[in-house]
Amino acid sequence: MEHQKGLQIGYVPQRLHIDPTLPLTVDRFLNLPRRHAREDIAKALGRAGLPEYGNASMASLSGGQFQRVLMARAILDQPQLLMLDEASQGLDQTGTADFYRQVEEIRDTLGCGIIMVSHDLHVVMRAADRVVCLNQTICCQGHPEAVSADPEYHALFGAGGDEALALFRHDPHQHPHDPPLESGNAGDSETKKASSDAG
Amino acid sequence: MLDDFMVRAILAGLGVVLAAAPLGCFVVWRRMAFFGHATAHAAVLGVALSLALSVSIFAGVLVISLMMAVLVTVLTGRGYAMDTMLGVLAHAALAFGLVAVSFLTDIRLDLMAYLFGDILAVRRGDLAIIWGGSALVIGLMAWRWQQLLTATVSADLAYAEGYDPQREELILTIALAIVVAVAIKVVGILLITALLIIPAAAARPFCSTPERMAAGAAVVGAASIAGGFWGSWHLDTPAGATIVSVSAILFAALNILGRLRPGAS
Repeated sequence: MEHQKGLQIGYVPQRLHIDPTLPLTVDRFLNLPRRHAREDIAKALGRAGLPEYGNASMASLSGGQFQRVLMARAILDQPQLLMLDEASQGLDQTGTADFYRQVEEIRDTLGCGIIMVSHDLHVVMRAADRVVCLNQTICCQGHPEAVSADPEYHALFGAGGDEALALFRHDPHQHPHDPPLESGNAGDSETKKASSDAG
Repeated sequence: MLDDFMVRAILAGLGVVLAAAPLGCFVVWRRMAFFGHATAHAAVLGVALSLALSVSIFAGVLVISLMMAVLVTVLTGRGYAMDTMLGVLAHAALAFGLVAVSFLTDIRLDLMAYLFGDILAVRRGDLAIIWGGSALVIGLMAWRWQQLLTATVSADLAYAEGYDPQREELILTIALAIVVAVAIKVVGILLITALLIIPAAAARPFCSTPERMAAGAAVVGAASIAGGFWGSWHLDTPAGATIVSVSAILFAALNILGRLRPGAS
């Protein structure tokens, strides 16, 4: 893998657990380990969808708000590449949809690339430009359409994969009970087209 | 001024609680209380060995406490849970220490002075060691504060920022061994952990940031020293135990006040 010199990477980890005996405001958390200017922090919080939350205690945040703080932390230094490591884990369906909508907005504002590790097949298949399917080794990769047609992919996910695939394509005759998710994010024209087909 | 034993005792107490305040916060945040206990118990062995080898108690305790802390770190996660491993090592160190002390027949050893502290017997030399060790710990904490906090919030975040959380943990371990070594005279081996944990926990309800909690712990610690001396003087009770009793009363009072405060969660 080649690493461009001076590449600024933002990292959104999985849910963190902060011990409640550790008093920490959102502002203080965002100043770890490097301190940032007050207005930069306010700007990042605004972009992550949590304006005016600087003085809130980390322990008082909901799961979705907590992930947004982690997101604000990742974009503090205007990254060129944003890495999301199962960042929506533990959020409910609406929370996940909101979270990825925010990711999309951030991508549009910062113009950064996004690498996302996820088990949410429908998000992955619908929003990504390129999918790498990992099962100990790279089992298949490419455009979502190509990956979903790959026999390796079917072997790995079986019926579950078909289910996610169907949701991705959204064939209303086969799946009338599944409303389409409005959570399109990091997409090129191709995936955008897929979501407009769905709607 | 330093000729007065009361002045020396109070200065010794202040020196220990000022270093114990920031370190004690990390002990609370990282749930290292039992770890601190094990390190302190190892000090008995350190005392016995320093007397047998005629080296300074401070040096002996520091070395044995450090070895204990490193041993715990190395052995943790190898088949036994952390608290089991700590239980084995802490009590083994205490037992071996007591056995070793019993071999020292030619030295009249007042073991009680080490188990419970003897703050009124602090000499000028002790004072220099206590304040030297204390300054070292405060310096270490100040130097690594941001990194220590990051590693405490999440080891993953520390890695992502290019810091090694295990290195930060080692710094805490070293600081812990230093505090144990300097606090023996003040509160004794059995109550050292109390001086780390209780002031920090007492300060928690009124603090919204880590820095305020460390400062609050220092204030509670200093108040415990003052109140403890006052109580010990008037009630004729052992100083170390009275200091810890006062800090426990402050802990209870501040936590109740914290709950009663409007807007408390």
